[in-house]
Amino acid sequence: MDDLMKIQVRDLNVFAGKNHILKDVNIDIPKNKITVIMGPSGCGKTTLLKCLNRLTDLYPELKVSGQIMIDDNNILDAREDIYKLRQQMGLLSQRPYPLPMTIYNNIAYALKLRGIRKRREINRLTVQYLRQASLWDEIRTRLREPASRLSIGQQQRLCLARGLAVNPEIILADEPTSALDPISSQFIEETFFKLKQDYTLVLVTHILRQARRLADHVVFMYLGDVIEQGSVSDVFDNPEMEKTRQYLKGTFN
Amino acid sequence: MKLSRKIEEYFFKALMILSASFILVILAIIIYTVFEKGIRSMSWEMVTQIPEGGYYYGKGGGILNAILGSLTLAFGATILAFFLGLPVALYINVFLIRHKKLVGLIRFLLDLVWGIPSIVYGAFGFSLMVFFGLQTSLLAGMLTVSLFILPIMIRSMDEILRTVPIGLQEAAYALGSNKSETAFRIFTRQSVSGIVTAVLLSFGRAIGDAASVLFTAGYTDNLPNSLLEPVATLPLSIFFQLASPVPEVQARAYASALVLTLIILLASLFSRGLGKRYHKTKINF
Amino acid sequence: MFVLNRQQRHIVNTTWMIIGLIVVAFLPFLLFLGLYLKSFLLLHDYSILDLIFSKVWRPSKGQFGFYPFIVGSVWVTILAMLISAPVCLLTAIYVTQYTRKWVLRIMHPAIDILAGIPSVVYGLWGILVIVPFISEHLGPWFGVKTMGYSIMAAAFVLSIMIIPFILNILIEIFRAIPAELKESALSLGATPWQTIKHVLVRKALPGIIAAFGFGLARAFGETMAVLMVVGNVVQLPRDVFDPGYTLPALIANNYGEVLSIPKYDSALMFAAFLLLAVSLFFNLVMHFFIVKYNRF
Repeated sequence: MDDLMKIQVRDLNVFAGKNHILKDVNIDIPKNKITVIMGPSGCGKTTLLKCLNRLTDLYPELKVSGQIMIDDNNILDAREDIYKLRQQMGLLSQRPYPLPMTIYNNIAYALKLRGIRKRREINRLTVQYLRQASLWDEIRTRLREPASRLSIGQQQRLCLARGLAVNPEIILADEPTSALDPISSQFIEETFFKLKQDYTLVLVTHILRQARRLADHVVFMYLGDVIEQGSVSDVFDNPEMEKTRQYLKGTFN
Repeated sequence: MKLSRKIEEYFFKALMILSASFILVILAIIIYTVFEKGIRSMSWEMVTQIPEGGYYYGKGGGILNAILGSLTLAFGATILAFFLGLPVALYINVFLIRHKKLVGLIRFLLDLVWGIPSIVYGAFGFSLMVFFGLQTSLLAGMLTVSLFILPIMIRSMDEILRTVPIGLQEAAYALGSNKSETAFRIFTRQSVSGIVTAVLLSFGRAIGDAASVLFTAGYTDNLPNSLLEPVATLPLSIFFQLASPVPEVQARAYASALVLTLIILLASLFSRGLGKRYHKTKINF
Repeated sequence: MFVLNRQQRHIVNTTWMIIGLIVVAFLPFLLFLGLYLKSFLLLHDYSILDLIFSKVWRPSKGQFGFYPFIVGSVWVTILAMLISAPVCLLTAIYVTQYTRKWVLRIMHPAIDILAGIPSVVYGLWGILVIVPFISEHLGPWFGVKTMGYSIMAAAFVLSIMIIPFILNILIEIFRAIPAELKESALSLGATPWQTIKHVLVRKALPGIIAAFGFGLARAFGETMAVLMVVGNVVQLPRDVFDPGYTLPALIANNYGEVLSIPKYDSALMFAAFLLLAVSLFFNLVMHFFIVKYNRF
């Protein structure tokens, strides 16, 4: 197992009924780097992300086969403790989904799942994660307010803080800024840069500029196949495959 | 437009307005009748005293036995149904989300049971009581009524729980929650107002139904004081007072009907109020 | 909550849920079986056809003919539907197609209140308003002498009781029809009513029939209000102004004497069993009807 590789996806196939959504996908995701998965809509990038923390379990139509190795564990193995597994990863969805509680409790909930019970610890860590998500300054006096009162951009950062609170090693983000205004998007992107040091990030996006800005490593997909993967300079400046070139030029949708 | 078409157009439009107004007018008549007749016979005595001997023939007293009896019975039945119903509604929406066919089957069974008339439950409850040699009692009434309102409660809760977006479930699982935590801590909080409405709706049905308590709860002139003794209920109290040959007693029946109707209306208003109070933490997706 | 850890709480919760599920799932079967067994005593001595079609009801002589009650129930229910169905359909159409949103906002609480009024209060209103109306106005208008306590009274009261039920379903159905359908019909030059008659109603027809079916099932099982105004006379009514007797009223009125006459309790349980069977049957049929014709 390569020391530098956090996640290794091998021969991943996903079927939805007769539709072959992911076809023999093989990907390496390096540790402590931002890996961007990009491609036109329908290429399977969101499904791939959902495989990584086995949210695919929620959808009975999806049949998943193959291997996903995270630190020598094949997470697709049915015997794995799925709850512990999911705590290894934080998820940021396209739309923020704050829990129906106060801001404080959103984070506290995640901390309690981790087993942290002491009030002092919870307080301390809540501040820490809110800071990490660049949200602390804005809401420091509003901790006991319902999370529903926050703006969308703030909600998304709250979800990020909450995701960090389970102390993951990997962060999965599915088009996290597509519902946000430019300023909030900027906040999120800056936060991702800071997080790179301590976490492995996997980001799905269809915004080429964002990919260029954030990525260290790029995976380009099209209709369920991995067309090309490599470092950002390799893929963006010297694309090997024709399809990649077309996508980068904008001749796809 | 041809003349015949125009006539047809106007004719049906008039008919429709007539229908809609008919409903509103009838509602107004009902409310007016209940209130007018009820208030005339209402007195402080009615709601604070139990019936004295010969109450149904004109002697003094009030319907406190029935008021407290109904409240106790309906309250108990609602709680029982809640403790059995909420888990089922959550189970269907959270645990069984993968098994769409099974969920469909369960919802179908729920629909079947939902339509069963309350007197069937009453008869069933009665035969069980006879079988076990039990007397009519508050407990028997509570159990029977709770069975009756169980499908109503589950169905209402199910409607609300269905609207929770799957993204919220995903977010909860992504944090490492297991299924029952997602169900009991997250779904419930998101749907509080809907759950409150379901409970109060069921309470209203429970307190107003006569057929299910007729054979099972019995009747008494005393206040409820034990689970194993018969208890008075408002619907039956109204019925017995109406059956009296004495006009004054019949008039008291109207007041009793007013009391019952007010309790139910209050529960309904309450449900809207409580719902709004817990609304603040709900996320609007 | 208290001392249990996450794992244990999960197990407790799951067990609790499954128990609830079992109770709910088995409820219809339990009711069916229970009532069937209780009526078994009766069925042992008489055949079902005998019981359903014989017209004589003298329990003390061991004669159990349910026909008058069945007929009474059927008359009351069908008449109630005849009144309620068109009113609900027309109102639903009017409220969803012809008016602004605020009218719907008035209708909803009105429907809710109607739905919340308990059976006894409807019965009481029936006695106070409907019965005199029939004996003093409606009867004479038809040239009939009647006490007022009649099939007609029960049907009328019942029709009001089931309105909220049917109306809610119909409003849902009509609201679910996509606006584009109406728009494309109108753009062909059809008038609003024509559109409704030929396009919307056709599209909504399975749902409409189902709504009526459910209303019918509900009306058939209604006990208290009907009992109070139907007259409770064991006979085959000659016309709607005659008093009658329904199955639920039979059970409700006589359970007190059940233990004094042999097989009486079995008879009443059989009546309840019939009610259960009819209700389940209707629900089943309507369900399959919706499923089969739902081309939405």
